[in-house]
Amino acid sequence: MVVLYALAGFAAGVLGGMGMGGGTILIPMLSVFFSLDQHVCQGINLISFVPMAIGALIVHFKNNLVEKKGVLFIIIPAVLTCIGGSFLAKGLNGEVLKRIFGAFLLLLAVAEFFGDKIEKELEKKFL
Amino acid sequence: MKSTVIFQAKLSRIIYMSKLKEISLLALTGAITGFVNGFFGGGGGMIVVPMLIFLLKMKTKTAHATALAVILPVTVISAALYLSFGSFAWKPGIPVTVGVTAGGVAGAFLLRKLSNKWITRIFALIMLVAGFKLLFF
Repeated sequence: MVVLYALAGFAAGVLGGMGMGGGTILIPMLSVFFSLDQHVCQGINLISFVPMAIGALIVHFKNNLVEKKGVLFIIIPAVLTCIGGSFLAKGLNGEVLKRIFGAFLLLLAVAEFFGDKIEKELEKKFL
Repeated sequence: MKSTVIFQAKLSRIIYMSKLKEISLLALTGAITGFVNGFFGGGGGMIVVPMLIFLLKMKTKTAHATALAVILPVTVISAALYLSFGSFAWKPGIPVTVGVTAGGVAGAFLLRKLSNKWITRIFALIMLVAGFKLLFF
């Protein structure tokens, strides 16, 4: 069991280290295949993200892949709203949260598949 | 010739889009990202990456790397809250964390070398399957 958990983590970590949403894979894996409570899955993902992100960021900084310009304008409001999001999730039943998460994943999957097309449409509209 | 004209037109529109508008769009991106990441315990990067490319004109790889720097402080705060709520289990939590961290460093090295088109596709497929399962079963 421990090995399976570590393997699931490793697979998600590879994606996470590439900045491709390791969590959006890890959470459903834990929830669907290991039948853990949705809140716990989300908590595990958050905790495991911290050392992973620090390790990955050290590599990215060395490779000069991190840009700082304008990023603080995103970070400050994000840090504030994440508090509200966390409390709201806590107040919800695990089953309900699981379903909302499922819908969120489907939305992301669609966006991922049609990402290029959506991007082009947006560029036409705004640029 | 035609592409130069289009490029110039695009450029003037970009300049026209005022600094203030750009900042408010960045802040809005941040607000949504933070909320999503707190509520779902992850997934904020999925919003940040395209917005970094779109709003700050970052290259794909740079955006993926920078997204981690954006999500890290958000995650530290959310993780502390989840821990205080008791939404964590050590038994699966420890091996998963070790696995994720090892995988993360491997992934960071890979990002430099890989074309991510197919990874993105496979990734989207897994999300699709998992999304259906979570939503309907």
